[in-house]
Amino acid sequence: MTDLPLERGAKSLGLVIDLDTCVGCHACATNCKEWNTSGISAPLTDVNAYQAEQRGVWFNRVFTYEVGGQSANARTVHFPKNCLHCEKPDCVTVCPTGASYKRAEDGVVLIDHNKCIGCKLCSWACPYGAREYDEDVGVMKKCTLCIDKIYNENLPQADRVPACVATCPAKARHFGDFADPESNVSQLVRERGGFDLMPETGYRPTSKYLPPRAGRNGALTALAPVETQSPTGAFLRWVDRILTR
Amino acid sequence: MLNEPDIALSPRVADEVKYTTCYMCACRCGIKVHIKDGLVRYIEGNRNHPVNKGVLCGKGSSGIMQHYSPARLRKPLKRSGERGSGEFVEIEWDEALKIATDWLGAIRKTDPKKLAFFTGRDQSQSLTGWWASQFGTPNFAAHGGFCSVNMAAAGLYTIGGSFWEFGEPDWDRAKYFMLFGVAEDHDSNPIKTGLGKLKARGAKVVSVNPIRTGYSAVADEWIGIRPGTDGLFVMALIHELLHADKIDADYLVRYTNAPWLVIQQPGAADHGLFARDADGDVLAFDARDKKLVKAKAADIAPALAGAIDLPDGRKAVPSFELLARRYMDSQYSPDAVAATCGVSAAQIRRIAAELADVAFNQAIEIKTEWTDWAGRKHDRFIGRPVAMHAMRGISAHSNGFHTCRAIHVLQTLLGSIECPGGFRFKPPFPKPIPPAQKPAGKGYKPMTPLAGLPLGFTMGPEDLVLEADGTPVRIDKAYSWEAPVASHGLMHMVITNAWKGDPYPIDTLFMYMANMSWNSTMNTKGVMEMLTDKDPKTGEYKIPHIIYSDAYASEMVSYADLILPDTTYLERWDCISLLDRPICEADGPADAIRQPVVQPDRDVRAFQTVLLDLGARLGLPGMTKEDGSPKFPGGYADYIVNHERTPGIGPLAGWRGEDGKSNGRGAVNPNQLDAYIKHECFWHHDLQPDQKFFKFANKSYLEFAKHMGFVGSTDQIVIQLYSEPMQKFKLAAEGHGAVQPPENMRERLKATFDPLPIWYQPFEEAMIDTKTYPMHALTQRPMIMYHSWGSQNAWLRQILGRNKLYIATTKAAELGLVDDDWVRVYSHNGDIKVQVKTMEGVNHDTVWTWNAIGKRAGSWTLAPDAPEARKGFLLNHLISELLPKEKDGRRLSNSDPVTGQAAWFDLRVRIEKCEAGAEVSEPQFPTLPRPPGVAAAPAVNRYGAKIAKSR
Repeated sequence: MTDLPLERGAKSLGLVIDLDTCVGCHACATNCKEWNTSGISAPLTDVNAYQAEQRGVWFNRVFTYEVGGQSANARTVHFPKNCLHCEKPDCVTVCPTGASYKRAEDGVVLIDHNKCIGCKLCSWACPYGAREYDEDVGVMKKCTLCIDKIYNENLPQADRVPACVATCPAKARHFGDFADPESNVSQLVRERGGFDLMPETGYRPTSKYLPPRAGRNGALTALAPVETQSPTGAFLRWVDRILTR
Repeated sequence: MLNEPDIALSPRVADEVKYTTCYMCACRCGIKVHIKDGLVRYIEGNRNHPVNKGVLCGKGSSGIMQHYSPARLRKPLKRSGERGSGEFVEIEWDEALKIATDWLGAIRKTDPKKLAFFTGRDQSQSLTGWWASQFGTPNFAAHGGFCSVNMAAAGLYTIGGSFWEFGEPDWDRAKYFMLFGVAEDHDSNPIKTGLGKLKARGAKVVSVNPIRTGYSAVADEWIGIRPGTDGLFVMALIHELLHADKIDADYLVRYTNAPWLVIQQPGAADHGLFARDADGDVLAFDARDKKLVKAKAADIAPALAGAIDLPDGRKAVPSFELLARRYMDSQYSPDAVAATCGVSAAQIRRIAAELADVAFNQAIEIKTEWTDWAGRKHDRFIGRPVAMHAMRGISAHSNGFHTCRAIHVLQTLLGSIECPGGFRFKPPFPKPIPPAQKPAGKGYKPMTPLAGLPLGFTMGPEDLVLEADGTPVRIDKAYSWEAPVASHGLMHMVITNAWKGDPYPIDTLFMYMANMSWNSTMNTKGVMEMLTDKDPKTGEYKIPHIIYSDAYASEMVSYADLILPDTTYLERWDCISLLDRPICEADGPADAIRQPVVQPDRDVRAFQTVLLDLGARLGLPGMTKEDGSPKFPGGYADYIVNHERTPGIGPLAGWRGEDGKSNGRGAVNPNQLDAYIKHECFWHHDLQPDQKFFKFANKSYLEFAKHMGFVGSTDQIVIQLYSEPMQKFKLAAEGHGAVQPPENMRERLKATFDPLPIWYQPFEEAMIDTKTYPMHALTQRPMIMYHSWGSQNAWLRQILGRNKLYIATTKAAELGLVDDDWVRVYSHNGDIKVQVKTMEGVNHDTVWTWNAIGKRAGSWTLAPDAPEARKGFLLNHLISELLPKEKDGRRLSNSDPVTGQAAWFDLRVRIEKCEAGAEVSEPQFPTLPRPPGVAAAPAVNRYGAKIAKSR
């Protein structure tokens, strides 16, 4: 089985995903796919690409749930799902070959495809369903947090963020260092009540979700009609008004 | 075990990065295309681009699979079997162009209207419309007539711009946002980014939509209205605001025709028209000086109410009084409309109160000195931070024109058009109301260009495009009494009318990017039969020739006689022109180009280049030099640079002039495309801070707009709450004037033309038995597929590869349905068999599905058993292009009576549970063969493996 790093570095990189603003457009999913299919995990194979039972490797998948039934608080939530780069990931510790590992420097969970035997133990261990088996190659693949993009010196500094974050049209995804309490992601989590997905599992996910905000129906109920009845109808107030053009 | 391998953190990403413009939908975002080893490595949003500012949606991010689709056509094709069989032979371009030239040349010599040239998701309409005009056929339109012409026309006839392309919510300042009937469609990234901004600021988002998906899902308040009743809902909001006097009267006096006097002489030929003086100028009554004044003059104090005696004894009243009297009537009270709309009266009252509170108690100011149209200085812009956006759910009903006008009236009463925090125009809008361009088409002659462009804006009956005997000039009957304000034509009627020979038979149907034998038509099965129907006497097809251009093996390919294969969007030149449907933003005009970032590996040509080539072969004046040689031998790129619509104004506004230093107006710059490429393929001009609001009455802006050729004068553009053109058509229906409708159209015209917005029951609902068809059926546009359906993208079809019929859990319980039951859905036009899925977030009386997910077996190189074909389905089979029979047996088009907009969303259905049987959706059609030269699609897609190896 595989050990976690004995000493972690200063950084804990991850994502904040805002369930209040995600409109479910799947930009994160497809932009991730197009970056990564030629990236460090290439290819993100598609099987039956133009046939029945089409399927493929995706590092991001967006699910849609209706919550609240028919109550006043009912709503539809788009839930983008990807690896949360847990601090205590069983998907790493169950790995029999050392293929899965957590980087000491920044906490990113990766797979060394040269060592992966495709036994799928890690996918059983991950409660978030974040592991993707490439049936064509016979190895497991997963979100790399765009490790070949976020440090890539061939790209301008501003572009060194995961593809899913850079492309998100609603700005529902944020990338940063959770170890830094003043980082953008740490602040968002504090301000918006960011939470761990299924904390009871004890995996201590690095990435957090922001909850949908409550509806905003204020205290207003109705406008008060203005009493301006005149013999000719309700127009007296406008007849008498002097307005200049 | 503990070991971290060395990994390459800085692999080389690309050999080069090229900028161009996305075409995965109509949003036209700026993209950066990373090329490696000659292959497309990565497509990302351009951070500097005015439309998307760096982001890219799920469709745009799937462009690689679109570009490399196995369904790409490879060579021109000539039909070799029966039409519809899909049997073709490959031919050379010379032969293809000769066939087209022979057909078209014969038409032009004899009767040019026998060419019907209709384009679909065409982003080059300023070229295609001009080409039709040069050819001399009145029969041109793009897909606007079945898309959202109600939206465009209502805006252009009311406020001088419209939702989406001609204006946008002030996403950065709005505090309250209402979204009406946006079926997850236009526009893509700006709405998503805008919603993100609104939510980050804590603004309230209200969505009015029978279906709670996408944008409606993240709204703070969802109003699951009954389809087709939005107009009534909006009028109830107006009713509340008027009764509470929560309207911006100062704004109405300054910027709208609310004070203009309307003649009140019931029965007279001028009843309901504006009172004018001897100069022809409209009049108002000055409440301070107690006298008639020119209504457009500055510094007057025009009355908003009160009857006036005109000097000649006629009565008149300010148009506002007519408006107030109408909507203050109790028939528009929340209580009166609640049941029809399916929205509680309390909710309507609360929304009205919230609108008023934000508009008037939470007004915002931008302290910028600006000068109004009359030269008066102001020290600030005052904003009513209520913004609205509406789209297809409003548009695609037969009462949509008036509904959209009602929304604009609501916005205007709140003073929230073109102010900070409200709805803002995107230059070149606002334009005069309506724009000055009239539809050409009358007097078409062989071998002669039309006097103008085929599409334009009618101001009254005299502008209709009719023959001397009153019959329609156009094959789609646009600008006839069936659709007098058909500003985008009626593409959904072309095939039906041509097949019937009503108003006349045609010779050639020429189409581009329009899947008219499948998802882009109403009555799909019926239209397929019309396309293949023959005249029993002659054995010839009723539509003798069909030419079609597409890049992919769509369903329509099989129904054409001649195929002109187009390139993908990454292989072509294009211009996103101010002369066309612009990509501007409220802060300034913009245009853009596409450049080829990779070269085609097939024998295909960009459609626009082919069109110019055909034009030269036909000898069309604008495309031919005096010596008869082609005017644009360099194809579309040549045209983009060298064509001038009027002197100094061409397709692109940026870097004009011989030195490339002029914007908007200037001589041809031979290096213009290089300048665009150097500037990331777009041009954007940021307005001065004092030009950015109240553009319709802003001197500095209007002077700029005149210089740019956006408007003809610097006159104030006055919002037309009361629409005089509508009244002119109504008066004609009442028997006034020289141009008269046929008797059998009078009643409908009288009922549906009104100078103030009205609501009436959608036609289909009014004509069928609502007990037989008790439910509404709609489509939503999937955010990850809409307008990207060309090619059946390998990635996108994994996200949405089949559709179901979605139904409210409450309704399903009534009908005894559970998830995955099979049902038969009946309409007055036919029936389909589909599988259901229950959900909470849908109006109780409405079922819906995703648009255009169903595909015909064998099309797009999909395997015949692909779920798109076996389980997916189209609602289109149920939607008739014709209404049920009138009393006299006629069947009018299923369209808005004002604009001719296709009334897709008027559909009424009945649902019955059926046996699962083979668990295949119905109807099914024979599997289409792959066109010659198009290989079978691979089973495994390993795109990227090769690119990654060379890092």
